[in-house]
Amino acid sequence: MLSTIQPPRYLSRFPLRGRTKSRPFQSLSSAQPVTKTSFAADQSQILSIRDSLLNRHLSAVELTHSYLDRLKQTEPHINCFLHVSDPDKVLKQAQDIDDKIERNEEVGPLAGVLVAIKDNICTADMPSTGGSYILEGYRPPFDATAVKRLKDLGAIVVGKTNLDEFGMGSTTEASAFKVTANPWDLSRVPGGSSGGSAASVSARQCVVSLGSDTGGSVRQPASFCGVVGLKPTYGRVSRFGLMAYASSLDVIGCFGSSVADTGILLHAISGHDSLDATSSKREVPDFTSQFTSASSLKSRPLEGLRVGLIRETVDAGVDSGVKSAIEGAATHLEQLGCVLKEVSLPSFSLGLPAYYILASSESSSNLSRYDGVRYGNQASSDELNALYEESRAKGFGSEVKMRILMGTYALSAGYYDAYYKRAQQVSFLLQ
Amino acid sequence: MASTLFRTIQIHPFLLYPTALFSRRNGVLYCTMKSSQTQTATQEKQQPPKVKVPQHALKKTVDKITKDYEAIIGIETHVQLSTLTKAFCSCPYNYGSQPNTSICPICMGLPGALPVLNSKVIEFAVKLGLALNCKLSLNSKFDRKQYFYPDLPKGYQISQFDIPIATGGYVDLDLPLEFGGGHRKFGITRVHMEEDAGKLLHSGNGDYSQEITSLTSIYSYFSKHTVDLNRAGVPLLEIVSEPDIRTGIEAAEYAAELQRVVRYLGISNGNMQEGSLRCDVNVSIRPVGQSEFGTKVEIKNLNSFSSINRAIDFEISRQALLHGQGQSDQIVQETRLWEEGAQKTVTMRKKEGLSDYRYFPEPDLPEVILTQEYVDSISNSLPELPEVKRRRYEKMGLSMQDVLFLANDMNVAEYFDATLSSGADIKLAANWIMGDIAAYMKNEKLSINDIKLTPQELAELIASIKSGTISGKIGKEILSELLAKGGTVKGLIEEKDLIQAS
Repeated sequence: MLSTIQPPRYLSRFPLRGRTKSRPFQSLSSAQPVTKTSFAADQSQILSIRDSLLNRHLSAVELTHSYLDRLKQTEPHINCFLHVSDPDKVLKQAQDIDDKIERNEEVGPLAGVLVAIKDNICTADMPSTGGSYILEGYRPPFDATAVKRLKDLGAIVVGKTNLDEFGMGSTTEASAFKVTANPWDLSRVPGGSSGGSAASVSARQCVVSLGSDTGGSVRQPASFCGVVGLKPTYGRVSRFGLMAYASSLDVIGCFGSSVADTGILLHAISGHDSLDATSSKREVPDFTSQFTSASSLKSRPLEGLRVGLIRETVDAGVDSGVKSAIEGAATHLEQLGCVLKEVSLPSFSLGLPAYYILASSESSSNLSRYDGVRYGNQASSDELNALYEESRAKGFGSEVKMRILMGTYALSAGYYDAYYKRAQQVSFLLQ
Repeated sequence: MASTLFRTIQIHPFLLYPTALFSRRNGVLYCTMKSSQTQTATQEKQQPPKVKVPQHALKKTVDKITKDYEAIIGIETHVQLSTLTKAFCSCPYNYGSQPNTSICPICMGLPGALPVLNSKVIEFAVKLGLALNCKLSLNSKFDRKQYFYPDLPKGYQISQFDIPIATGGYVDLDLPLEFGGGHRKFGITRVHMEEDAGKLLHSGNGDYSQEITSLTSIYSYFSKHTVDLNRAGVPLLEIVSEPDIRTGIEAAEYAAELQRVVRYLGISNGNMQEGSLRCDVNVSIRPVGQSEFGTKVEIKNLNSFSSINRAIDFEISRQALLHGQGQSDQIVQETRLWEEGAQKTVTMRKKEGLSDYRYFPEPDLPEVILTQEYVDSISNSLPELPEVKRRRYEKMGLSMQDVLFLANDMNVAEYFDATLSSGADIKLAANWIMGDIAAYMKNEKLSINDIKLTPQELAELIASIKSGTISGKIGKEILSELLAKGGTVKGLIEEKDLIQAS
């Protein structure tokens, strides 16, 4: 269960470059782990990289080169990125890490880890468009807290990934700039809205990536691309620097090629942030200390765990493929020792309609700031209302416009009680 | 130099720039006119007063007619809080600083930026709520009020809608004797917290627009308008009165009392000229004896207490005249501007029903939860408020005129109280402060905090005269020295050998 997910077969055409042929990390796993955890580095790219760097088996520059080469080769086929960092700058950061290691100075736990950032998460040194034409070329003056924390721990940002405009969509086709392909089958979508982040990890263009999830935008593309996607609890990760879609639901999430990597990534970005009043003050447990090596597990490692299977998720109306996948997972869990119990959540069906009301309502408000006045694309008009109308008519795509209209309607006088208020009651009920 | 305009109130004398004002109000904001030609034409059409009555006859007619009508007045007041930083970010705010020098990603509404509440805003709101005898909501929240305007960076204002932090209070005041005197109690409907917007600046001509057009297309709206976001996000408390006010002078005194209260509390400088205290007034009239309200008109651009007074009296006369002429259907729900130069109100915009601000709870901020202990601790730390002070001075035997003079300015009141606690005679202390000391302050344009005479020495001076150590005449001489140079009464008496021979 904890084994590293293999990259898509299609990518074998683009081998990773490095001192150790095509799979540098696997061959280095025999090195003495530097971390105190008993968890073997072969379960985690991040830990493996750390071992390799600290044991001088691999330099950060070599590692970075291998990823950049692969990115260069694969990107024209997959189109994960809206912006790729200047390779010279990336290599310079890698060189700095190598220099530090050379001088036996301490490097951060994510030193040399190449990370891709969804383009609705602000980065100070590169464009952040949210996949929207209205923010084409926009460069924020600050890093999102999550990005800042990753950088502080030594991670190197390799680029900004494609998404459905402002996170609204589930195929990444609603991006204003490009369509991202699924690395496993280029004719298919990677899911969305964090499709670029999921596909870039899947295609090994980066080690891990950040996405955002409002109504499945991390979890769904992760499953489409065969990587691990982790949607943290609301408030666990600071939203500061995440372009708001639906503020009460938005979370920054993690993509990795293993559970361990996403766990390490989550640990790095979690915790209270004085810049986000909705971020949780609850202590962040060290997820990484709870990792167990797959080889040390007993035959039924989940013995004693009870798992509820929500009846409504396998009821009529659910696609047979989805249904059989859920049943397959249930069987697998039982084999690992879980006791499965079917439970009923009668309010389950209320979730989606409530989500659509709340998310559109909040988005209609959150997207008001994209008016062409202070930043982004501005229409040419000497009349104020025309300036607003044209900037927004040209700047937003049709999916975004639809949600703004729906949300504006739901919040309008006379409709508020029937829509927004009821949806909020459902939300409280489900929490 | 561009004229500075505000959504709710205008601070600089706008008469110098009437075109700029009307072109925006009519052409850009509220009407559908496109070209500047039309705007000017319309503006000229609007200029003549709607009520055409010869000035000398007007007064007489108005006095006669207004007697038959009762005015119903309610006031919305915005008080800018003097917190060190803005409501939701750590930018400071200083009135008059260079445009856009006190801004950050949060108050600029950049993508991804989030508000975090300055706890001082809650503290100040609780203080004002308690001072206005309100009931505090221990659980309140922030809401978003949504509308588009270039000075509103997020496209919504963070405000409070259905659960304001304080409700159902009142304010007591005493009318000055020259206006007939008398005690009044006006209800306070609510007090709520919100953020200020920025300022839209209009470049009328010349260098300003040239500078901008080098960056912006000349066809752009922003070749003629610029936005200063220094004020965006500055905390405000909005105070809504009950419609208890009946005359212009009552309204002006209500506003003056609010100014005293916020100054006593130290939560705002209450300066109307700088826009730290802004009043929008709602006026309607009805025949005496009628219970239902007339059509209400909102008046903006009131930059002083006297303009509040005069604007309301003008508006009451205007409405009464229309009633008297059988044209009460001409009184429509609208926003009118007070024109200081012409001393009249003019139509700014007609209201076509209620605006839909699509309020909903602000998801970026947690609920505002007050504990009773917190409220109690603030309640215990409140200073003596103007009304309590006035009643105390009244009980001391001072005349209402003296009471109002002394309690009007918190610093004068403190000085007076300090003089009394040094043992001075009440009436004599009041007389010295209101007489020679006030005259000196007026001449030298000083506030009572700037004078060198300490309350202790004033008490000493009074005692010296009372005991006969020095004469009243010599006392006055010593006073002017003490006011200008400081020193002690005893020192000066000895130095000048002024002891009265008995």
